[in-house]
Amino acid sequence: MKLDTSGLESFPSLILHGNDVAGEISAPPSFDLPNSNDFDGFLKEAIQMVKPAKGTTTLAFIFKEGVMVAADSRASMGGYICECLSTLLFGTGRVLCYLLLIKQFFFFFIASQSVKKIIEINPYMLGTMAGGAADCQFWHRNLGIKCRLHELANKRRISVTGASKLLANILYSYRGMGLSVGTMIAGWDETGPGLYYVDSEGGRLKGTRFSVGSGSPYAYGVLDSGYKYDMSIEEASELARRAIYHATFRDGASGGVASVYYVGPTGWKKLSGDDVGELHYHYNPVTPSTTVEQEMVDAAAA
Amino acid sequence: MTKQHANWSPYDNNGGSCVAIAGSDYCVIAADTRMSTGYNILTRDYSKISHLAEKCVMASSGFQADVKALQKVLSARHLTYQHQHNKQMSCPAMAQLLSNTLYYKRFFPYYSFNVLGGLDSEGKGCVFTYDAVGSYERVGYSSQGSGSTLIMPFLDNQLKSPSPLLLPAQDAVTPLSEAEAVDLVKTVFASATERDIYTGDKVEIVILNSTGIHREFMELRKD
Repeated sequence: MKLDTSGLESFPSLILHGNDVAGEISAPPSFDLPNSNDFDGFLKEAIQMVKPAKGTTTLAFIFKEGVMVAADSRASMGGYICECLSTLLFGTGRVLCYLLLIKQFFFFFIASQSVKKIIEINPYMLGTMAGGAADCQFWHRNLGIKCRLHELANKRRISVTGASKLLANILYSYRGMGLSVGTMIAGWDETGPGLYYVDSEGGRLKGTRFSVGSGSPYAYGVLDSGYKYDMSIEEASELARRAIYHATFRDGASGGVASVYYVGPTGWKKLSGDDVGELHYHYNPVTPSTTVEQEMVDAAAA
Repeated sequence: MTKQHANWSPYDNNGGSCVAIAGSDYCVIAADTRMSTGYNILTRDYSKISHLAEKCVMASSGFQADVKALQKVLSARHLTYQHQHNKQMSCPAMAQLLSNTLYYKRFFPYYSFNVLGGLDSEGKGCVFTYDAVGSYERVGYSSQGSGSTLIMPFLDNQLKSPSPLLLPAQDAVTPLSEAEAVDLVKTVFASATERDIYTGDKVEIVILNSTGIHREFMELRKD
């Protein structure tokens, strides 16, 4: 299977390929692949393991002033917290393939409440993370490298269209191999604000409003009902924050800190990071009411 | 054709737990020294800690053969870096190198659960925690391995730090002193040993601070 590993080449090796040891370390990186007759088939089973961390809520939308991007920060696993592996091997006599599956199964366990789901690709482009954390982190980092190389080679910044296409092409070449990526690329280029949704099935959609993850239905509800193109930055950030808050309230796999970023003509800027537990009481203040118990206390004190 | 399930696995879990805690000017990394397979103990005296760079120490539990291979790859890459740049790798740089190294084996992963601890360029403690395929984040403390389900909630209770995602940003490192942090680590391992069968024998504690690297051992229950 021909894989596009051009994304892994960083710089030409400076070491002469004299002996094997040095050559092995500095050789162009490529992925080890298991030998298998039915690679597609058993990797579908791998996807069950890599399914983790799609529990998330991320959203992004374009409005008059630019792009607003927001996400929660909880990483949970239907199994245990991230990093739990067990193995399953498929063999046809001689040919063996190695594979990992989740072994320990608890119920939803929170891996982390502080995962950075908004990845800063470069000072004017952001990517969101949904799906496999390692997949998203690695390929976004790789995309940042490719964008920088494009800038150096062409003496101008890459467009959001171009960057999203680079990522989509890479992910398409790994289609069926178990990568789990549901990301939005948001940025500001010469044509103005840009927003694309890219996923590991190879899909790439241009749009003005997206939400990705298990909490996205809740976020869409709030986002769609409150959205107007002519919003100020404060109104838009408040809408984004509310949408994330409501998603974290109803979706068990979302929570932690609601981060909101704004992408404008001068690049991105982080607007806020609020703990959703505190946001709850901010949106639903507790009014001290005269309960029966309170009246009894007051009467006793009087 | 019915799928045949294999009768051999290339992986094994040798158990063990590791912990790392970052302080304002120190970092404590600890791991137990028991290596087991199934219900058997292979040895009571196995170090899971590797000193990758001057200010960077990694502790790994999981499948020790993969851990050993990973340590070798990283120290070879570090040596190359030193030859090319004439300086040691910083801890955040090593953290990203480890992440990339793990991800390059994305389709046949290293069965290695790592915590990386060290001092950043300002001398503050930093701890990085990983999953098996390389996703990482910088945190104030972390634990991995068979005892981590027991250890992590306790550390959350004692060391819970404000999220690094909050704005305005708040410091994630613990306000504990070095001696208090070491004491906490000893308590944590003593407790984990009580309930986790794969953790025990001895705990190896490595402390990184401005004066250098110190190592100490504490005996744990051997049952």
